Amino acid sequence: MLKPEIAIVGGGPAGLSAALSAVRQGAEVMLLDRDPSLGGQLVKQTHMFFGSKKEYAAIRGIDIPGKLISALEDEGKGRFKPLLNTAVLGYYDDGVILADKEEEAMLIKPQKIVIATGAAEKMLPFPGNDLPGVYGAGAVQTLMNVYGIKPGNRVLMVGAGNIGLIVSYQLRQAGVEVAAIIEGASRIGGYLVHATKVRRAGIPILTSHTIKEAYGKQKVEGALICNLDENWCAIPGSDKDMKVDVICLAVGLTPQTELLWQAGCQQKYLPELGGYVPLRNEKMQTSLSSVYVAGDVACIEEAGSAMVEGKIAGLFAAADLGYDEKVEERFLAYSQELEELRAGPTGAKIREGLARLNGGV
Amino acid sequence: MRIEDHPIIKFKRGKPVSFTFEGRQIEAFEGETIAAALHAAGVRVLSHSHNLKRPRGFFCAIGNCSSCLMKVNGAYNVRICVEPVNEGDRVEMQEGRGDIIAQA
Repeated sequence: MLKPEIAIVGGGPAGLSAALSAVRQGAEVMLLDRDPSLGGQLVKQTHMFFGSKKEYAAIRGIDIPGKLISALEDEGKGRFKPLLNTAVLGYYDDGVILADKEEEAMLIKPQKIVIATGAAEKMLPFPGNDLPGVYGAGAVQTLMNVYGIKPGNRVLMVGAGNIGLIVSYQLRQAGVEVAAIIEGASRIGGYLVHATKVRRAGIPILTSHTIKEAYGKQKVEGALICNLDENWCAIPGSDKDMKVDVICLAVGLTPQTELLWQAGCQQKYLPELGGYVPLRNEKMQTSLSSVYVAGDVACIEEAGSAMVEGKIAGLFAAADLGYDEKVEERFLAYSQELEELRAGPTGAKIREGLARLNGGV
Repeated sequence: MRIEDHPIIKFKRGKPVSFTFEGRQIEAFEGETIAAALHAAGVRVLSHSHNLKRPRGFFCAIGNCSSCLMKVNGAYNVRICVEPVNEGDRVEMQEGRGDIIAQA
């Protein structure tokens, strides 16, 4: 059985930051990721980041993992052990993690564990939503930004949050037509800067619109969309037929909390934060003292805040093992950073959700 | 369906490899997944639902949704969206849940 001081599950922005933060404190870190390379979903984020300079604003997402990994290799020499192609399958009562590394079972008993498993895409119920040609927005990004393959010729984007807007723009960059972006709410959810770019590219954004049906025999041949009234009810006679071969769903994410449920961490359902999220204190420590969380698994936000949460979780996982150099000072800096990232109108929903989370079970 | 010119990304494709899908030869590049190669070749239907046999396609691309499970070199339930393609792979559609013991 392997006994690292700290095990981190998930090597996306949150997990990598947690690893770097813990290694900087002097702890020994094992980072487990099911993929063959680190970086999580950053590998397909070709757009530049906003937010904090400290969290790589104005740098493209795809360029961030390389920076974190080289810092880890450099500063964590001998104390940073990444285990790739390693899927964590279970967490047992005695604190043992079961992992599958290339079909070999592994047992790991860390002293502290940081869960940074990220999120999964939400589905939208409508007839035909299972037809080939209905893709999650992340899948479209993977196809076109990682493998350089067009998802199709003409796309209907469902959802005008940041992901819907950004992926629509990326589709245009890849030479794919976007017929329209539809959004059920009466206003665009994403940043104005993304919406403006999309509109400049000639893509219509139809608010108060939803998808009624996807049709096609073996794959998507088109979609029926319609107008919604202020009560989110379809307005009769407002149907429009869109001839598209791809329907891309960008309707939000939900935390991947399976390991937290297994571990027995207390969770609370907060739609503002994406669904069930773990209760945690300001140290990102859950109701189980040896389990910390960071990133989308803790609250659906964006990579910048995921990285700061990672720093906090890694800092305290290490500090609680005695590697507590400058812990107060660092914690203060990270908390301020988080507060800045969540300031303003775009962070309102997150702030409300977190306030309710901290309001008790 | 491959993107040749992109304003931001330079795609570094690996060396060409070929594999078979349902007996048909498909060209791919080393470093891509089986699902990506099939998509580039125009294959959209990857499986069928167990009860109603409705067609299922590429959906999540990160090994979460099980819409793309196939039989690869005799092994069932391979998530082809995260399985790298290798020269000479034998890829077949899988009906039903398959057998958990790999066949030669």
